Amino acid sequence: MSNWALILYCGLITYLTRFSMIALIKKEMFNDRIREILSFVPSAIFPAIIFPAIFINDKGLFEIDDNPKILAAIIAMVIGIFSRSIIATIFSGLASYWFLIFVV
Amino acid sequence: MKSNFKVFLKGIIDVSPLMIPVVPFGLIFGVLAIDIGFTPIETMAMSLIIFGGASQIVLLQLFSGGASSLVIISSVGAVNSRHLLYGAVVSEHLSDLKLIWKIIISYFLIDQAFAISNEYLKKNKENNRYFHLVGGGATCWVIWQSTTFLGIILGAAIPEKLGLSFAVPLTFLALLVNDFRKFINVIVIIVSGLVATFGYNYIPFKAYVIVAALAGLFTAMILTTKNKKA
Repeated sequence: MSNWALILYCGLITYLTRFSMIALIKKEMFNDRIREILSFVPSAIFPAIIFPAIFINDKGLFEIDDNPKILAAIIAMVIGIFSRSIIATIFSGLASYWFLIFVV
Repeated sequence: MKSNFKVFLKGIIDVSPLMIPVVPFGLIFGVLAIDIGFTPIETMAMSLIIFGGASQIVLLQLFSGGASSLVIISSVGAVNSRHLLYGAVVSEHLSDLKLIWKIIISYFLIDQAFAISNEYLKKNKENNRYFHLVGGGATCWVIWQSTTFLGIILGAAIPEKLGLSFAVPLTFLALLVNDFRKFINVIVIIVSGLVATFGYNYIPFKAYVIVAALAGLFTAMILTTKNKKA
């Protein structure tokens, strides 16, 4: 598949998830239970991006020794929990990562 | 009744604080897309056509890992399933609108606009209250497109040694800051993360994102049921 087709299909599926409920579904079709489960979607899916990006290196190997990303991610998480700030989380993580690879 | 423009303006003002983190997010997206090998026009087209930060970053992450198109598209769909919830919640406020407005508003139904307009829609009952959502969405649209553009330009100037790809997990980590305080969410996060990490090399077609997400949701389903019975 060409890059352009990929972009168009990803755009289409993103749009349809936004449009389908507004256009087709009546709110009665969504009970509290489904709402509750859907509220866990970010917690269920974002770690699937986060963990491999931290623990698995460019060669596809599990890497736990000598991996500055682990400590940097923990620092970012702690800052995030206390500050509740998206921007502070990202920058504290990047800053500690750079500190670990360039200074330490 | 307030004029359409005033409601639109209120949407812009209300969403503004939420735009601060969108700036680095957009820059990172632009820089990474170029780094991975997309052309500047393709990168810009992603932000214009998809217009969803998480979807676009997932696309990049899986594309650079060599996942097939089908897996990339279904993973993007899975990431977007949260929009089903947003749509279902706001649909009651939009049910009287013409189809053309529903088509337009759907394009702007993003995390930040939903977060602020959901409050406004609940408190205000005027017929033109949906202009608030359009105002919030349009503001985010402008910020997202301009920071993508800046990222594309900066991309060439940023050395690979900086390891900016690490900004991807950090960005998603940042989107979960409020969930780290909730017990069930933490369990779901750990289950999903472990399944993805250990399944990375063993789950075929790089479908680890979807498998891990389903494992996480299944865990949430079990834990929330137990909670109620107790």
